[in-house]
Amino acid sequence: MMASPLLLLVPLLAALWPAPPRVTETITLLPNADGRPSAVVVRSANGETVIDRPYLSASVFAGGAVTPKDQEPAYVKARYSATLSALPEAAAVYVVYFDAGTDLLTPESAERIKQIRAQLARRAEPEIALVGHADRVDMPGYNDELSLRRAAAVQRVLVAAGIADRRIVTIGRGARELLVDTRDGTIEPGNRRVEIRVR
Amino acid sequence: MTPYAAIVLAAALLAAGAPAIAAANPAGTIKNSRGSASIEREGQKLAAPAGAAVLGSDRIVTGADGSVGIMLLDDTLLSVGPNSTVSLDKFAFDPATNDGALSASVKRGTMAVISGKLAKKTPGTVQFSTPSAILGVRGTEFVIDVGDGQK
Repeated sequence: MMASPLLLLVPLLAALWPAPPRVTETITLLPNADGRPSAVVVRSANGETVIDRPYLSASVFAGGAVTPKDQEPAYVKARYSATLSALPEAAAVYVVYFDAGTDLLTPESAERIKQIRAQLARRAEPEIALVGHADRVDMPGYNDELSLRRAAAVQRVLVAAGIADRRIVTIGRGARELLVDTRDGTIEPGNRRVEIRVR
Repeated sequence: MTPYAAIVLAAALLAAGAPAIAAANPAGTIKNSRGSASIEREGQKLAAPAGAAVLGSDRIVTGADGSVGIMLLDDTLLSVGPNSTVSLDKFAFDPATNDGALSASVKRGTMAVISGKLAKKTPGTVQFSTPSAILGVRGTEFVIDVGDGQK
């Protein structure tokens, strides 16, 4: 018995019909830690798509088409867990304040620095810059020296907490970068500070 | 001086306004490293332990159990997942002005990105690419997956 022409056509069509293109690359937007809106523009030879909300991904197909696709947060976290868990801790800046004309921390900052140094000691491979500042009470030359002494005082606290000296650089900025803008000769506690920059 | 100390010093000098040190073009530091991971630099394969310096033309390669977390000098965070190859193609950063450029390409596997000061200051100077696409970032966290890396 002869097969019907229709039945013969089916395997023929399957062979000629191109398989749907394969997704070769996926770019997925993650939520921003600071909660601000963000976006990635993904451009290929054959198209462009903008992913602009968390867990929206761009699928790049073999052949170059790009289309957006929403992903489940749980899927993204599970699929990329090894990658995401390797992200280093973000850089941070802490500020401590000093009594007038000295390299002695204010009582509040002396307490606060205990938490700060514990956080620094926990970091993997920390690179720390201590940037000392003075207010505009004294002369520029003295303020340079005082601001550097303040940075060195913070350095001693951190080294005592077990952070290696070689991870820390100290810089004295004098009264060049006022947090609170004042005229010469003004007492301003907000300017007597050390910025602890860690990355 | 250890490579680490050199980077800290370079960063400090840059922060203090000294001219850029062009010689080795430091780009960042490896903050964590797991399993099989290496740096390919000028044809040589080097270990990639935590604390190692990353240069602006390095390639990071990981095995099935490997991952590497990197912080670039502009505070961009990169993590290279297992079975991955990521090439840094360009890096420049002036901490006094936050100007510079960054481009990196994912050849194989996965990389997550939390963009830093360069992307904040001048998004147009930051570019990530895959075998088939170019990504423009606008202040962003995202993950790139290019599988086995074939087009």
